[in-house]
Amino acid sequence: MTDFAELTEAEHAAGRRLRARKRAVNIAIDVFLTLFSIAMLLPLVFLIANAFKTPAEMLAWPPTIVPHDPTLENFRAVLGETPLLRWILNSVLFAIMSSIAIIATSSIAGYIFAKFRYRSLNVIFALFLATAIVPFEVYMIPLYFQVKSLGLLNSVWGLLIGYLVMSFGIFLIRQNVIHSIPDELLEAARLDGASEFWIFVHVVFPLLRGALGALGVLAFFQAWTAFAWPMIVATTRSSYTIEVGLALFQTGYTVDLGKLSAASATVLIPSVITFMILRRNFVQGVASTGMKE
Amino acid sequence: MLKRKRWIFAILALLPTLAIFAYVRMYPIIDILRLSLHRWNILSKNKPFIGLENFRELMSDNLFLTSLMNTTIIAFGVLAITIPLGMVIAALIFHRTRTRMSGFYETSIFIPHIVSLVPAAMAWKWIFDARLGPLNALLSAFGIEPQAWLFDPVLSVVCVIVLCSWQALGYAVLIYLVGFKNLPVSLYEAAKLDGASGPKSFWYLSIPMLKPITLYVSVVTLVSGFNVYAQPFVLASDSQGAPGRQVRVLVLDMLENSFRNYRVGYAASEAVVLLVIVLVLTLIQFTMLREKGKA
Repeated sequence: MTDFAELTEAEHAAGRRLRARKRAVNIAIDVFLTLFSIAMLLPLVFLIANAFKTPAEMLAWPPTIVPHDPTLENFRAVLGETPLLRWILNSVLFAIMSSIAIIATSSIAGYIFAKFRYRSLNVIFALFLATAIVPFEVYMIPLYFQVKSLGLLNSVWGLLIGYLVMSFGIFLIRQNVIHSIPDELLEAARLDGASEFWIFVHVVFPLLRGALGALGVLAFFQAWTAFAWPMIVATTRSSYTIEVGLALFQTGYTVDLGKLSAASATVLIPSVITFMILRRNFVQGVASTGMKE
Repeated sequence: MLKRKRWIFAILALLPTLAIFAYVRMYPIIDILRLSLHRWNILSKNKPFIGLENFRELMSDNLFLTSLMNTTIIAFGVLAITIPLGMVIAALIFHRTRTRMSGFYETSIFIPHIVSLVPAAMAWKWIFDARLGPLNALLSAFGIEPQAWLFDPVLSVVCVIVLCSWQALGYAVLIYLVGFKNLPVSLYEAAKLDGASGPKSFWYLSIPMLKPITLYVSVVTLVSGFNVYAQPFVLASDSQGAPGRQVRVLVLDMLENSFRNYRVGYAASEAVVLLVIVLVLTLIQFTMLREKGKA
């Protein structure tokens, strides 16, 4: 280690220059990232702002971010013309039921595949793996006819049938069980005379709370943003989900950007707030999809 | 005895999930393969087996070929924007990690990925709007002619690519950030001692080492690109919902054939084409990862 006293004045100057350059680079990066982040948010900010604008202000250039003359007229018009609240209720119901179903099916299957090693189960697991690759869009037409033959079109139950299981959820829980639940713990419970079912409910399930939370959030958003499936299953105005309602709202009427923005903002604001609150869970869930190995 | 009991529990516990899975996954997947080999008009009772006739017909169906072309352009267009941009943005955020701002960067770039599809598309629909949109107003400030963004068949595909990239970027950045956090710090320190600058170590160290992640993000992006439906539907359908004005993509063409033309067998064969594309992409990913494992 060199003693600072031994450094020449020139070396000090070089060090200062280096530090100054490093700081300049960091500032440049911060400026760029800040501008970029704001640009990414801008379309959504404008959408929300437009919802509160009068038709005249919507045409103004440059567009205003804070409306001069905020009005709730757009919201009032949308609520009067569409069953917006009904659509939101349909979506919320669908998303909650789907999350519960996915948490239930994934936790059981994930646990069994992680801790019960039988050849027959391996075959089943391989089947799960193989079908996980197939996108929903590929098989939704036959599934539609199944729902139709059950007489569940235009109902939340019909929607739910498409979103009862999530292959990724089963893998996520399986990984979590392997990493966070030691065999010794299960053996100890068995020696104490606990039944397999009791162990699952009282030992495994509580230990998986974090992972199941992340999965629940993912499942909720997956259903909340679903489009193609609700579009074909729910075709009566009162059975639309909010996404379908919004998309079709624009086709039935002359385009009124104020009303469209108001309806969109009504959907957007709660989901952004939910995301902010559950950010950790959400990011964990998404990040773990990229770390399959 | 105990072992037998455990096995019975495993099967019993798995049974409901398995039954659901068989009904909502296995069965429709097999059904789509079966349907694709039949001619089935919903209105008629009989479903004659016609072998590969549907596929032969697809090859000379202009609407299908346009859809396939548009979908491919969209999928690769989104890829071409998302991968380089996602990697660079992630590298910059990683460089500024542990600063107060990194949380803001991550969150605001990720938000477009999680907001509901249709409102997000609505936001861009306004931006691209030919008469009212700020994009044309901005262009005219630079003396560029206003464009009919959402009506021109070429430009509307570009609009879909922009919207989809805006939504996909946050995911790519997030996955790359995880990748950067897992890279060995010592290598970068060694490179620094050898006098390698930031951009240099990004080019010679990060890009090669992040290859598995790039491959993964590429496959995910391409697969979701080939399944694209909601974005073009919202963006390019006008107030009359005239089908000719929509950006024709595979899923749209499939649904139109099935529910508007009642040709379910024909639509099923399109679904099988989609399936084959996705399988090939996934296969490429697996082989490349395996080769890397051998080396």
